Amino acid sequence: MANIKPRVRVRKKLKQGELFEVKTIVEHDMETGQRPDKKTGKKIPREIINKVRVTYNGELVLDADWHPAVSANPFTSFFVTAKESGTMDFTWTDDNGADYKKSVKINVP
Amino acid sequence: MVALTLAPMSVQATPSMVEAEIKKLIGDTKPADGLIKLTLPAIAENASVVPMRVKVKSPMTPDDYVKAVHLFADGNPLPGVASYRFGPQNGRAEFSLRIRLAKTQKIVALAEMSDGRAFISRREIKVTLGGCGG
Repeated sequence: MANIKPRVRVRKKLKQGELFEVKTIVEHDMETGQRPDKKTGKKIPREIINKVRVTYNGELVLDADWHPAVSANPFTSFFVTAKESGTMDFTWTDDNGADYKKSVKINVP
Repeated sequence: MVALTLAPMSVQATPSMVEAEIKKLIGDTKPADGLIKLTLPAIAENASVVPMRVKVKSPMTPDDYVKAVHLFADGNPLPGVASYRFGPQNGRAEFSLRIRLAKTQKIVALAEMSDGRAFISRREIKVTLGGCGG
């Protein structure tokens, strides 16, 4: 799928030790592999984002597997404890092998 | 469980398939009730986009944290929904996502703790019109 633009939201400023929620959404059809093609009657092949990995200054903070039951344009949120300023790197992996990436700054003044 | 009464072409998860998936993950460990808070609507307004939230009570310290939470749906074409793996750096074992459901069924959440314990929670959700297409 072309034009995948993941979006990530975290609070702009965090305190050391503060628990914060990370919210993400990706525009993706998440084709289940269960839907028949209206013309041919054959099932449309599955193509979903099957994996999400998030690191915070290199440390893994989320490793999730998704199955076809995850909705189209998948949204997810999770929590992380703020340690120091740096970056949070997100990778979503498609069934077709493509990786969609996004990085956000974490600001702990 | 009761034999399937669907059209021969349909593949369908069953509660026993969910139990088999759980056994694959935790073997003979018997999951206990409690610690998991599953938040999802009683009736799905739109079965293609059902918001849900899972929270597991845990101190999330290096000695005692939630390793993973696995979600299953026992009435979808496939039993697996998602698996989320955590560590003490998360500070809280809570996450949300949106799922799609084929029919009225039970959502099952299984939490694996760092010390080998397991917890389980089940919630029924009513679906009037399926969200898996076709």
